[in-house]
Amino acid sequence: MAETTKAKKEKAPVTESLLTSGHRACAGCGESLGAKLVMDAAGPNIIVATSTGCLEVFSTPYPESAWRVPWIHSLFENSSAVAAGIEAGLKAMGKWNGVKVIAQGGDGGTADIGIGCLSGMLERGHEVLYVCYDNEAYMNTGVQRSGLTPFDAHTTTSPSGRISFGNQRPKKNLVEIVAAHNIPYAATATVGYPADLQRKVKKALSIAGPTFLHVHVPCPLGWAYKSEQTIEIGRLAVETGLFPIFEMEWGKITRVRKITKERKPIEEYLKLQGRFRHLFVSEEGKKELAKIQAIADANIAKYGLV
Amino acid sequence: MRKLIEGSMAVAESIRLCRPHVVAAYPITPQTHIVENLSQMVADGDLKAEFINVESEFGAASVVLGACAVGARAYSTTTAQGLLLMAEVLYNLAGMRLPVVITCANRAVSAPINIWNDHSDAMVIRDSGMIMLFAEDSQELMDIHPQAYKIGENPEIMLPVMVNMDGFILTHAFESVELLDQKAVDDFLPPYNPEIKLDPAKPITMGTLAEPRWYMETRYKIAETLDDAIPAIKKTAEEFKAKFGRWYGDLIDTYRLDDAKYAFVAMGSLIGTLKDVVDDLRAKGEKVGILKIRSFRPFPYAMIRDVCRDVKQLIVFDKSYSYGWGSILQNELRNCFYGQKHTPLISGFVVGLGGRDIPPKSLISAYNMTKDKEMLNEFVDINHELVGGRR
Repeated sequence: MAETTKAKKEKAPVTESLLTSGHRACAGCGESLGAKLVMDAAGPNIIVATSTGCLEVFSTPYPESAWRVPWIHSLFENSSAVAAGIEAGLKAMGKWNGVKVIAQGGDGGTADIGIGCLSGMLERGHEVLYVCYDNEAYMNTGVQRSGLTPFDAHTTTSPSGRISFGNQRPKKNLVEIVAAHNIPYAATATVGYPADLQRKVKKALSIAGPTFLHVHVPCPLGWAYKSEQTIEIGRLAVETGLFPIFEMEWGKITRVRKITKERKPIEEYLKLQGRFRHLFVSEEGKKELAKIQAIADANIAKYGLV
Repeated sequence: MRKLIEGSMAVAESIRLCRPHVVAAYPITPQTHIVENLSQMVADGDLKAEFINVESEFGAASVVLGACAVGARAYSTTTAQGLLLMAEVLYNLAGMRLPVVITCANRAVSAPINIWNDHSDAMVIRDSGMIMLFAEDSQELMDIHPQAYKIGENPEIMLPVMVNMDGFILTHAFESVELLDQKAVDDFLPPYNPEIKLDPAKPITMGTLAEPRWYMETRYKIAETLDDAIPAIKKTAEEFKAKFGRWYGDLIDTYRLDDAKYAFVAMGSLIGTLKDVVDDLRAKGEKVGILKIRSFRPFPYAMIRDVCRDVKQLIVFDKSYSYGWGSILQNELRNCFYGQKHTPLISGFVVGLGGRDIPPKSLISAYNMTKDKEMLNEFVDINHELVGGRR
């Protein structure tokens, strides 16, 4: 008679993310995905300072917190300065011990209101990785224009109208402004390519001195697309040449993600998003599309994307 | 050991002895000598701290916030425009219960731009939740900073402390100061070791969103703690006296007030001038004395009522003004006595805005004008030809 043995159930190891699930981000939120990828690539031996914005609001409504790492939020424009203070405090107390300090913020908190503190942190050479999650507008307050909102995008403060096609200025070149501080490492990345993003986080944290990641994070609510399309849209931004993916070391471009085979016309990226809908309804809109294609072409030529 | 030093050096030396881990500051007149002295101490290895040359006062306050959150003792100093630029962070420091110490070299607020002394800057943050102390001279500045850290870092308090000193009048004046001894300061002020701090070994979340059902309680606790700070400030001053033998009052101090019928009220270096005025008036038989406000936040209502129980009139000399409301210190005193059994007459004079000289004769003439007669919001030594004199 065969012995009865209890069937062994192999449990898959539970690998809970350091930015755990159950928080209040929208379905398909690119920023929450980006932050989760960054945290898990960095590992638990970190201290994180976060700017005011969606990321802070959806993850820490008292008494809840989605963070399984030491985490602080102070104000909108100072996560880089708070991180600098954390780094200085750890150094002065002799408690450095391989702890990595990460500052993070959205496009507004980084490129607009927080750029002074960011510049100071970079210039002073603090050992901080700054991550900018760029969803191209002030999403937390209801989709208002930031300095990183792209040309012709409709936002609530750069609306398209009878005599306007939306935001009339091109996107600020954040990563080159940052790289001009002659820091050892600055790179762009996207949640469209998670493995590439995580490789860059690990690389940045392995380098002494200030490092920077500009992460493109599509926003289903603000960009008006279906929540399951976040990855697809993230990739299309790269494949059209509108969000080039590259790395810079000491101010010079050292590596570029080519789009030779994947290259697509900008319409394929824009037509999926409600914020560009007004460009597809008139003859004048076609002229605007040509201007956006020219921006993509200039990127392709400048960064050697093909 | 006694030494002839500048007020700014007294502050820097006092801070050095408090052993801060992080000093972050942005230069602004008349605070500059404090940061210059501190950075020299770091450059010479006499102060083992990270000195962070920030890009703005906003950055300075944010850096010390981060440092304090990780358990470091942190220091900054500023004035006027710099303090206003810090304001957002100062409210944040109080709300997050992070006990940094900030010295404010009190200066007028622009416009017109003016680098000289008054108290307009400090008054901007009087509702922030910070503890606000005012020092009278260089010796008090030497002695008050270890007390400031001890009060703020008290586990029952955990609030940032602002030490106020009159710009130029104290920052740039040389006085003979009894220096503190490092061992004695170490004994008086133990290392900062907060229960709650950022540490990968014990992850916590700081600075969460507080919805309407939580926010009011956090503010209530700050209000309650400012009340608790009254005995804490008193106890700390007493401990300092026991150890070092010097006393500047607890939250208030008095001078020849015991049998006085008329009390001059002021904050900061003006107390020194008033002491001479009181001595002169006493020699002429006038029953005058001084009430010095050392702690403006918390405002020591009960203590003031107690020492003024036999005073007939308070004559307030204020270096600040709330436009559309009146002299701030004068109105604090009026509030202090509202509805009390004993309510002295209260007069208020605005003096020294933007560094206007305050000669004893102006104070004496104000006294002669207002004696036994209430006068409110009176600007002293105004050039009426210039302003038209409508008030």
